[in-house]
This record gives sequence, C-alpha cells and structure tokens, in this order.
Amino acid sequence: MSAGHSLELETLFGDYPLDQAFDEMRESNGELRPQYRALAETLAGLPVDELQRRKQSADLAFLTQGITFTVYGREEGTERIFPYDLLPRLVTAAEWDRIERGLTQRITALNLFLRDIYSDGKILNDRVVPRELVYSCKHYRRQMRGLQVPRNVYIAVVGSDLLRLSSGEFVVLEDNLRVPSGVSYMLTNRRVMKRTFPLLFQSYGVKPIEHYPQVLLSTLRSLAPEGRPEPNIVLLTPGVFNSAYFEHTYLARQMGVDLVEGRDLVTHDNIVYMRTTDGLKRVDVIYRRVDDDFSDPLVFRADSALGCAGLFNAYRAGNVTVANAFGTGLADDKAVYAYVPRMIRYYLNEDPILPNVETFLLSEEKDRRHVLANLDKLVVKAVGESGGYGMLIGPQSSARQREEFARQIEANPRNYIAQPTLDFSRAPCLIGDRLEPRHVDLRPYILFGDKINIVPGGLTRVALEKGSLVVNSSQGGGSKDTWVLE
Amino acid sequence: MLSRVADSLYWMSRYLERAENTARLLDVTMSLMLDAGGTNAEARWQRMVASLGRPAGMEWDGSLESMARKLVFDSLNPASVTYCVNAARENARQVREEISTEQWQRLNRLFHQMHSPHAQAQFSSSIGDVLASVIDGIHLFQGVGASTMIHGQGWQFIRLGRYLERAYATATLLEVYQPELLLTHEREHTGYQYLELVGLLRCCTAFEAYCQVYTADLTPDRILEFLLLNRDFPHALRYCVDCIHIAIESIHRSGRRRSPEELTAGIGRLHAMLGYTTIGEILSGAPAAFLHTIREQCLRIHELTYRYYVHYSIQSALAV
Repeated sequence: MSAGHSLELETLFGDYPLDQAFDEMRESNGELRPQYRALAETLAGLPVDELQRRKQSADLAFLTQGITFTVYGREEGTERIFPYDLLPRLVTAAEWDRIERGLTQRITALNLFLRDIYSDGKILNDRVVPRELVYSCKHYRRQMRGLQVPRNVYIAVVGSDLLRLSSGEFVVLEDNLRVPSGVSYMLTNRRVMKRTFPLLFQSYGVKPIEHYPQVLLSTLRSLAPEGRPEPNIVLLTPGVFNSAYFEHTYLARQMGVDLVEGRDLVTHDNIVYMRTTDGLKRVDVIYRRVDDDFSDPLVFRADSALGCAGLFNAYRAGNVTVANAFGTGLADDKAVYAYVPRMIRYYLNEDPILPNVETFLLSEEKDRRHVLANLDKLVVKAVGESGGYGMLIGPQSSARQREEFARQIEANPRNYIAQPTLDFSRAPCLIGDRLEPRHVDLRPYILFGDKINIVPGGLTRVALEKGSLVVNSSQGGGSKDTWVLE
Repeated sequence: MLSRVADSLYWMSRYLERAENTARLLDVTMSLMLDAGGTNAEARWQRMVASLGRPAGMEWDGSLESMARKLVFDSLNPASVTYCVNAARENARQVREEISTEQWQRLNRLFHQMHSPHAQAQFSSSIGDVLASVIDGIHLFQGVGASTMIHGQGWQFIRLGRYLERAYATATLLEVYQPELLLTHEREHTGYQYLELVGLLRCCTAFEAYCQVYTADLTPDRILEFLLLNRDFPHALRYCVDCIHIAIESIHRSGRRRSPEELTAGIGRLHAMLGYTTIGEILSGAPAAFLHTIREQCLRIHELTYRYYVHYSIQSALAV
C-alpha cells in the first residue's frame, strides 16, 4: 500500500470508532481484516466525488426499477426506495461453510418438529417441549392435525436471521418460517453492485446467487401433488398494497409463473382454478405470500378478502400444494425458539452448530422476576410478532415504556420473551463521504424441496441510524450486498 | 393469461393513449391561440374540452394557464394527463411481471417526470416542452414495448386498448369538428381557416401524412376522408378498426374456447361501415349520426370483450 493511499484511507475512515463490538472490517487493534483489504484500497483509490457519483447512479437504478417497499401507518410517501449501502459485506468461505451446515441442521430439525407436532407429538410426550407452550401458540393450527403434506416438507422457504457476537461467532436470532421476505433485495442489490463495482467484484471471486429463482421454482415443482407431472405453479400475493409487492412481482417474473391474487382463484369440487382469458385453469402449487389467517375465509379469518374460499379443503384433499404449509408459524414463535437447540438434539442427536441467543421465557416464574427487575438492560419481544413491531429495547427505552411493557407482561406472560441486549457486529457504511460503523445482521434464504438448498449469501440488513439496533426495513433499516467469497 | 392481468394491460394501454391524446389536443389548441384569428380563447377551449368528451371540472375560468395546468397536473381530475399516467402506472404495477423491465422503467420514469417539481416550474415558461416530453415518454414506452415484450396475448390486449381508445377519441374529435368543417366548403379559405384545418390534422398527428397523400391542398371532405377511411394511417379510424379486429382475432386464436360470436359480429359491422363506404355517401347522409354510431360500436366492443374474457361467470366456464 503506497503512502498516498494510506493517507486517503485515513480521511475516508476519519475517526471511525472501534469498541468491544465485532467490526466486520477491522480488527480490534484497527488493522483491516485480510478479506477487506482489496475493498479498502479500491475505495481509497477513488476520488470522493467518484464514490458519490456511483452512489447516485445506483440510486437512480433502484428508483427507475421501482424497487420500493411500503411503510404501514404513514400517510404520505408510503412507497419508498429500499435504502441500501454501497459497500458490500464480505463473508469468508470458512464462515459460510459453518453457516450453511448450521442452517441445514436447524431447518431439518424444525421441519421434523412441525411434522411431529401435527402428527404424534412425540416431543411433547417425552416432555422435551412443554405441551402448553405449543398449544397456546398463536400460530398453532389445529386444522393441520393428521394431514400428510407432500414429501413431509412444511417449510419450503425459510429466512433465518443471524447475528455475529463480539466473539465473532454467528448466532441465530430468529427463524422466519411463515412468509419470509427480502430475497428480491438480495438479488437486485447484487445486480446494482455488479454495475457499480465491476472490477472489484471480479477480483474478489464472489459466489453467485442469481440462480435463486430457478432453485425456488424447482423446489416448488418437487412439492407438486402426485400425478401432476407438469404442475401449474403460481405465486399468491395479497396484492399491490402489500409492503412486499415488488418482491412478489419480481419472483413471479424471474420464475416465469403467474402472479395471482385471491380474486383470481376459485375452487370447485376441491380443485383450485384460476380465471384466465381462456376459461378456468387448474392450479397445482401455490407459493403463498399471504399469511395463514388470510388464506381461506371458510377456515381461517372470515373477514379476509385476500384468500380463496375453499383453498384449505382442496389442500387437505391433496389436490393442491401450498408452500409454506399452514401452521408453520408455530415453530418461529419466539418462545418455542428457545427450545430449538433441544429439538436439534432430540431429533438429530447432534449438537447445534449455530447457537441460539440466550432467551428468558416470561411464562416461567423465575425468568419473569429476573426480567421485570432488569427491564432497562434487556430486549423484550412479543412472541408472535415480526418486522420489529411489539418490541422494547431496554437501554433505549423511557421509564413510561418500561412500565407499559411490565403491565402487558403481567397480564399475558406467555406472549413475551426477553433477551440480553446484544452488542452485535457492525460493518462500515458510507455515511456522507465518510465510513461509519453500523449494526448489521444476516438473513440467508433456505429452500427445502427434495433437499435443502441455500444460495451462498443473503440479505445483510443494516440499522442505518447511528447507534440503532433495529435493522427492519419497516423501522428505518437498509441493506447491503453480501459477498460470500470462494 | 389471467383475466385480471389482461384487464390491467388493456387499461394501462388505454390510459396512456388517453394521456397522449389529451396532451396533443392541448398542445395544438395552445399553439392555435398564438394566432389571434376570429375564434377567442374560450371558444377554442370549449371545443377542445368537447373533443375530450366533456370531462367534468374543466369549465373555463378565464385563465388559459390555470386551465392548462389543471388539465395537465390535476391528479384528482380523471381527465388530466397526470391522472391518466398515474392510472396507467397503477395498472402496470399490478401486472409488473407481465411487461418487460424496460417497459416498466420507461413508464416509471414518465410517472416521476410528471410528479417532479421541475415539470411544474417549467410549465409556465414552456408548456410546449412539457407536453412534448410527455408524448415522447409515451412513444418511448410503446416503442420499447414493441421491441422487448413478448407479442403474445398480453400484447394483443395492449393493442386492443390502444386502438379502441384511439378510435373512440378520433370519432369524438370529428363529431365535434364536423359542423364547422362542413361550413367551410369552398376551396378558398383565409389564412386563419387554413390554420384551423392544420390544427385538426395535427390533433391526429396527421398533417404530414395528409400532405403525402393529397398535397398541402386542404379541403374538408378530403380531411374527413383521410381521418375516417385511410387504411394505412395509424390514427385513421379505418386503420384503428383493422387493428382492433386483428387483436381480437389473435386473442381468440391463442385460446381454445369457441368463437365470441357477438364480438366478432360487432367488429365486422364496424369494419363494414368504414371499409365499404365512400366519403361522398357519408357526407350526403348524416355524418354526425355516422360518427355517433361508430362511438357506440366501440363501447359495445369494449363491453363484449369484458364479458367474454374478463368478467365471465364461473358456471359458464365450468360448463365448457
């Protein structure tokens, strides 16, 4: 590295703070981690306005492509570009190998758990997981009892959120087993990044992710009902007002399948059809991006206009596959989460490769007392919520918020869990014309059909506000491209 | 193809055609106003509004600029260019997977252009430029569509929408203009009358095409003949009806259902009206009623298409 470069690196980093949290780019003594050297040199070699120019051209690419999401609960400007950061997050081959093995193990166990719960319930009989915990779960669906799902796959598409602790170790924060979203941002980020830093990308040897839609398609095809060799696969969206609508259209187009809404579907004699210009056409596999509750007004919420009346009966009759299956939210309940390491030992007889975050169950007397006494240090979450809603971050909360949460916990302890405030890893982001560290997580996408497939990478979500720990896009989070190196 | 998708493509296309038509009529009207002439601003405005089908909320308020601004930017008035562009984009957004990324990007750019403060600011100084860039944006969208989208059923619904909208708009325009046209029967007209005739042709982007066929000698009967019966000019009614015919045929051929007889008959009737009549016969009969019938037939074709391809009953579909 020439003297001139290192000077420029100094300006770029400015007073980049390092503390006990793991920094993705720099070691605690300030040295660059080896995999980030080429990136830092490239950045330092660019004039500052060149970096800004590339940022603007990437912005424009996102805007004209209409890569936007919807924020609920705000009047104006409900359609926004998904914020992103220009610098990639790098994951080494060894790190990825561990993540891949860990997630494969975890998803296998979770799928076995769902199958067990909806059939014999062995894990309950053996008292490994408490019966009342499962049956009190908001997302448990008794309608699924005794139903045989194709290939015994309940969770065809999963997105698990990983954090990296100060030790550098990856842990699982939560699993999203219902309708995980964000994969389209992973794919479009990559496309924009390839245009923004073509030479750098080439020099790094990054594993490709572009085949995700095709793997998703073959996953869905492998789950088609028997006797349907050329299945008609569709993606069911709640419609244009859903926050992830861009993603639904993107995936449907990339897979070459029809994007349907509930009003396009009708059932007759337990067979699902879609209305086409050429009459009714039978549907075999539904990749569903509509929650359980809204899928079939005859079986779930009666006031839903998003689903298709009769869908569940057609599903029960085995005439149509719905992925993910209904009732999978049971296994991503935040209280059930605490038992996943025990499930892995129970079903697979293995030690978990990726550990959990320490979790206190507020339904348990001892845990509850501890949590209520330490609300200002812990993070409290409602068990059935996602997207960063229903959460109390102790150190950043006001006394009134804590009182409010304490009252809700006392009223319904089963509905809450608590975890220590995690000092999870930070990665450098381009803020103005400087690099500043921001907290990041990692959400890889796991596909489960005839086997488990994980495209190397995922969505790195960034808490773009300084000091913030919340990475959800609905709460001001952004994203980064994730480069898994060869 | 999903019925809902066909419906959205059809409306996306109709709204864009409508936006283009409105922008062009406004542009022509404004430039006619530059020449003093006999007709005052209000009368010209009224004639243009009538040519647009008399939308509500466009009553003359005395200021041309505020009226024009309303017709371009008032996103709450269904007649405005912005409203049409918004509606087209909203329809496109619902079938994002059916149109090509290139098409979507053009439309999205047009949408952001209409909503940029720059367009509003530029408007008072150079209305013409703003309108020209809207029309350019729509042409770009159509061109990009022609070369990047699959020319399957979806494409035919887009064409059906465009040409139905265009046929309807042209028939409305001629219905408004024809009494005035028939008054200026003699060949010798003043410079102002000449400008009016050019204006009518320019409303259909037809001035240059007309000159190629008839030379710059403008006569009302030839203008009517050209805009009604020419089979090669894309804004002539005859041409539009031929395109509607082809679109419906292709849509039908790509499916397996029995032929939509009422629909075919409706198009056949329209086709015969324009294909086997001379301008002499039309003028010696009742030209206003003739144009009115064409408009009604267009509405009928819209309804039948809807009933056959989009909003059919499930019982009838299961019975097949």
